[in-house]
Amino acid sequence: MSTAASARAADLRAGDAKAAPLGAPKTAAGKVAVWADERTGIAKGASVMLKKVFPDHWSFMLGEVAMYSMIICLLTGVFLTFWFVPSMGEVAYQGSYLPLKGITMSEAYSSTLAISFDVRGGLLIRQIHHWAALMFVVSLSVHMFRVFFTGAFRKPREINWVIGTILSMLALIEGFAGYSLPDDLLSGTGIRAAEGFMRSIPIVGSWVSYIVFGGAFPGEAIIPRLYSVHILLLPAILVGLFAAHLILVMVHKHTQYPGPGRTENNVVGFPLMPVYTAKAGGFFFLVFGLLTLISALVTINPIWAYGPYDPSPVTAGSQPDWYMGFADGALRLLPGALEFEIFGFTLSLNVFLGAILLIPVMYTITGAYPFIERWVTGDNREHHLLDRPRNAPTRTALGVAAITAYIILFLAAGNDIMAIRLQMSINDITEALRVLFFVAPVLAFWVTKRICLSLQRHDRDTVLHGRESGTLVRTAEGKYYEVHEDLDPYTRWKLVSFESPAPIAIGSGKDANGVSSKAAKKERRRAKLSRFYFKDRVEPVTPAELAAAHHHGEHEAIEAPSAAPQAVKRAKQD
Amino acid sequence: MSDKGLPATFENPGLPPHIHRAADDDPRAAKRAERQVAALFTLSIIGTLGFIVSYFAVPNDTTVFIPFIGKTILLNILLGVTLAVSLLGIGFGAVHWAKTLMSDEEVIEERHPIASSDEDRAKAVGILNAGAEQAQLKRRPILKATGATAMGLFALPLGVQLAGSMGNPTKALEESKETIWDVPEGGKPIRLVRDVERTPIKASDVAIGSVFHILPETIKDSKHVLADKAKAAVLLMRLHPSSFANDSLGEKAKSWGYEGIVAYSKICTHVGCPVGLYEQQTHHLLCPCHQSTFDVTRDCNVIFGPAKRALPQLKITVDDEGYLVAPQGFAEPVGPSYWERKK
Repeated sequence: MSTAASARAADLRAGDAKAAPLGAPKTAAGKVAVWADERTGIAKGASVMLKKVFPDHWSFMLGEVAMYSMIICLLTGVFLTFWFVPSMGEVAYQGSYLPLKGITMSEAYSSTLAISFDVRGGLLIRQIHHWAALMFVVSLSVHMFRVFFTGAFRKPREINWVIGTILSMLALIEGFAGYSLPDDLLSGTGIRAAEGFMRSIPIVGSWVSYIVFGGAFPGEAIIPRLYSVHILLLPAILVGLFAAHLILVMVHKHTQYPGPGRTENNVVGFPLMPVYTAKAGGFFFLVFGLLTLISALVTINPIWAYGPYDPSPVTAGSQPDWYMGFADGALRLLPGALEFEIFGFTLSLNVFLGAILLIPVMYTITGAYPFIERWVTGDNREHHLLDRPRNAPTRTALGVAAITAYIILFLAAGNDIMAIRLQMSINDITEALRVLFFVAPVLAFWVTKRICLSLQRHDRDTVLHGRESGTLVRTAEGKYYEVHEDLDPYTRWKLVSFESPAPIAIGSGKDANGVSSKAAKKERRRAKLSRFYFKDRVEPVTPAELAAAHHHGEHEAIEAPSAAPQAVKRAKQD
Repeated sequence: MSDKGLPATFENPGLPPHIHRAADDDPRAAKRAERQVAALFTLSIIGTLGFIVSYFAVPNDTTVFIPFIGKTILLNILLGVTLAVSLLGIGFGAVHWAKTLMSDEEVIEERHPIASSDEDRAKAVGILNAGAEQAQLKRRPILKATGATAMGLFALPLGVQLAGSMGNPTKALEESKETIWDVPEGGKPIRLVRDVERTPIKASDVAIGSVFHILPETIKDSKHVLADKAKAAVLLMRLHPSSFANDSLGEKAKSWGYEGIVAYSKICTHVGCPVGLYEQQTHHLLCPCHQSTFDVTRDCNVIFGPAKRALPQLKITVDDEGYLVAPQGFAEPVGPSYWERKK
């Protein structure tokens, strides 16, 4: 190399070095970082991301559990694809599980046996996959409950609620598809029932069944097709929606519970680096570790005990995985009387309602809820502070009512097991559950709403009269009273910082000129719903009320509400 | 403000003062926390090593008895527990580190409204409009119309290919009515054979109160055994002739049977599970999937549960050698209801 050339190269390097503010990196990690940043500019984004603040609360971990369970499913699922053979071609079993030796079965079932008995560690991976899938649906559901009951779905997060709703529905279908793949007797009976479900669809049912199964049930197409849906189509959609879900969480910044220092305009918590990296990262390992431990110790879906699928035999107590239980229960409750003949055609509503309509209808209502509530309240503000469930009594009651209906359906899926265990008539249990499906949610609504209102009143009492200190004092005249301790402003803030909207006044359904108009009628409907939501309400304590309560209590000097934080001892004579 | 000069609502008191943890103030507590975290990480390393040793050292088929769990495969337990230790060690270590040694002073980040400012919106709309202008969208409506139509239609071929090639639904209606019990015009009656053994069965083999799982003899020639079985599976029971109900249903059941032996489709008319549970005392058939209950004495009509229709009966008799045979197939489609069932 000539001197001139190397001098020019040195010039270039010198120019580069001037542009880099930190100078040349010295450590290996530094060199990699600089290399990457020069090609991606990642430092700009990273410095924003790493500082991002997340509020701390145990209930915020539920979504994390769902996320990690999904990742664990993806990871273990990839392992399983290396040994699973998605084929309904028949083989005579020659593996190491002796009770099934020589029996004719599908390659899908035979390869699942191989994963369980002949691949070292295969059973562990299979069981982690199944347990993680169950955990995914559980945590996702409980996460949805948290979001619902705290009102986290309100503006600007409605889109994320809808995405979550779709994720939840797809998780059920993904689970059912995966559960069906081993082609064992139990899951095969599930597919058999699914074929019956498809046939119940009005007009196109038989065609749908023939298209999905590639001919008459069971054919040889369903397992390979479910495999494609289970490992490619649905995971791709799930991962895509999940990424959008997370991006929106970043954009919106996380919601937080109300409390001192927390406002609609800030987010109080810990930064991603280092606290959340350690906590959330560590939590992934905790979830993974716990699922692994369960998978090591508790057998799930022992397909070897069921035998290969055959349309003729069946076992008593046939049930799907838990998350399909409610739909199965609905099928058990819907009476045969719902099957009709119309112009010579058969309309099998006893199957169609529970097996085909229930899930999309349930999720449509769920997904629509934020929009319904927003229409009723007319509230167009952004909400970043969560509601304590008691402070939204009607919403909380509606949620509990919906969960109650779900639980009734879920219990119905075990009507045979209950009948055996409780020595009761299965007919009586089924009839009772049919009634309860309509009655229990109403009761649950009423009870929950009353509990919420009571808790709110209790909060008011606590604010107005302080906390019972447990100290009894005897006065000089011989009277006894319990010393009540005033709340400190931080504790008090949590109990008084909520909104209790009043219902909209109900109009006449007529416009200003006394003519009934569509718009006015709509407004009237809205007012009626608003009354349903807000007619029973408890308002937060105001400073004036607190002052009055102090005055009424006949004690020492009344503290101004924003006074010094130390607790003021105060006695209340009862 | 109220009369007394008090505000209408309380004021947010701001963040409460930070309370220090033991490890914040006491270097010995901090050191102890450090040792605990290091111990957890070390435990993880031991778990990882344990996994690798178990993987290579423990045979696949060794079983072991574990209290509360029962007899189980040793390798699965060892691999699972060691992997769990490896993962939990990292998890607990990291969380403990975060909780004891990393700062627990809360940080406040400001929020900004999600919506863009009016200027930003105007700018975006401006760019869109300018783009549409440049593309001459408004001036050339024919491009807009044909382009939109093309975009609307382009997925159609893919959809047609997919739906059209999945299966041949035109056969659905005829095949739903057929089973391998069907006897061609002038054909021989089909013998009933035991499911699994596939041996023919004599009327004298069927004692009162017994139940047999039955397939047609033709199953041996079947090219799609499972598909044929899924429609042809039959349950055969013998009742005392006096057990049948004294009405038209009972009479029909009896007349389609042979000396109290009756055969019914085993495929539930609800969603198609095999109706496998026969209660001898009550003569009830119960489907284990959704508990539809059928009364054999009344032509398997539904007496409880979600099914609507009776199980189809297979007409049976005996041949010259005394074996049970079906002279004809089912009179109606078997299995779950579907739209065109009656057509």
